[in-house]
Amino acid sequence: MAESGKIDPMHQFAIEPLFGTDHLSLGGFNIAFTNSALYMVLAAVVLWIFVIGGMKRELVPGRWQMAVEYMTGFIKNLLIANIGDKGRKYIPYVFSLFMFILLANLLGMLPLGLVGLHPFTFTSHFTATGVLAIMSFSIVLIVGFAKHGFHFFSLFIPHGTPALMIPPLFLIELVSFMVRPFSLGLRLFVAMTAGHVLLKVLAGFVINSANASPALGLTVGTASFILMIGISALEMLVAVIQAYVFALLTSVYLNDAENLH
Amino acid sequence: MPQIAQIAETYSSQIFWLLLTFGFVFFVIGLGMVPKVQGTADARDAKISGDLDAAKAAFARADEAEADYRVRDAQSRAAAQATLVQAKAQAAKASETKLAAADAEVAAKIAAAEARIKAASDAALAEIETVAADAARDMVARIAGVQASDDAARNAVKAALAHG
Repeated sequence: MAESGKIDPMHQFAIEPLFGTDHLSLGGFNIAFTNSALYMVLAAVVLWIFVIGGMKRELVPGRWQMAVEYMTGFIKNLLIANIGDKGRKYIPYVFSLFMFILLANLLGMLPLGLVGLHPFTFTSHFTATGVLAIMSFSIVLIVGFAKHGFHFFSLFIPHGTPALMIPPLFLIELVSFMVRPFSLGLRLFVAMTAGHVLLKVLAGFVINSANASPALGLTVGTASFILMIGISALEMLVAVIQAYVFALLTSVYLNDAENLH
Repeated sequence: MPQIAQIAETYSSQIFWLLLTFGFVFFVIGLGMVPKVQGTADARDAKISGDLDAAKAAFARADEAEADYRVRDAQSRAAAQATLVQAKAQAAKASETKLAAADAEVAAKIAAAEARIKAASDAALAEIETVAADAARDMVARIAGVQASDDAARNAVKAALAHG
C-alpha cells in the first residue's frame, strides 16, 4: 500500500492511544483513550450542544430550535412511515443513532489537516459500526420475542407458502435475517473507508505528480485536484446517506419486530 | 488496513468508548432531551391545528350569523312594507271621511248663503217697487195734478218692471 511515495492512504485509519493512556485497562481489557475515542467523545459533545440549542421550548422557534426540531421531526416521520404510530417510542434510539453516525461521518471529513491535526472517522472501523449494528439487531430481537414470543419465527415464512416449501424458505429467510447486522455494520464501514481511501489516493497523486515534474503536476495534479473537490462533495452526501440508511434499515427491521409481516 | 491489523489491540478500547459515548448520547440526549424537543414541536402542531379548527368554526358561525341576518332583514322589510300599506290605507280612509264632512259643511254654508242672497235680493226688489211707485205718484201729481192712488201706482210700476 505504501508504494506511492511516502503517502500511505491507509494511515488515516490507524488508531493511536492519546495522552499516554496506552495501558489503561478495565478487567484485563485495554481501554486506551485513542484518537478514535476522542472523535466519539467529540461527536457526542457536538450532538449534545446541538440538542441543547433546541431546548428553549418556545412556541415560535428560533433558527437553532427549528433545526433541532427539524431533525427530531425527520426521525419521527421516518419511524411513523415505516412502523406506524407505534414507532414513536423508538424516536430516542433512532435519533441518537442517526445523529451520532452523521456527526461521526461529518467530523471525520473536516479539513483539520490544514492546521496539522489528524481528523479521524470512527465509522470507518467495523469494531465501531459492528457494535452499533449489533445494538440495533439486539433491539429488534428483544422487541420481536418480547412482543410475539415464538410466533416471531413466522417472520421467516412468507404468506401463502406451500407446506412443502416451508423448510427451505425458512432456512433462506433465517439466513437473510441473520445477515442483517453484518450488512448494517459493514455497509457503513465500507462506504466511509472507500471514500476516505479514494480521497487520500487522489491527494497522493497531486503531491507525487507535482514533485515529479511541473508538467505532470499541472496536468495529472490539477485533474486529480478537481476530481478531489467533486469527490469531497460526494463524500458529504455519502456521510448523510449512510447515516440515513443506517437509521432507515434499523426502522425497517424494527417494523418487522413490531408488526411481523 | 489498520482496521484489521490493529483489531487485537484496539477492539476492547473501541467497544468500551463507543458504548460509553453512545450510552451518553442515548440516555442523556435521546431519552432526556429529544422527547422534550419533540414534545414542543408536537404541542406547536396541536396548537396550530387547534387554532385552525377554531378559525374554521368561527368562520362557520359568521356564515350562520350572516344567513340569520339576511332572513331577519327580509322579514323586517316585509313587516315594514305591510305597515306602510296599512298606514296608507288608514290615511286614505281618514282623509276621505274628513273630505266628506267638509264637503257637507261647505254645501250647507253655500245653501245658507244662497238663501240669504235670495232674501236680500227679494227685499231689494220690493224696495225698488216702493221707491218706483212713490216716484210714479209724484210724477203724476206734478204733471196731471191728480192724486193717483197707491194701488194704481204700484200696479203700473209692476207692469213696467215686468216689461223690462
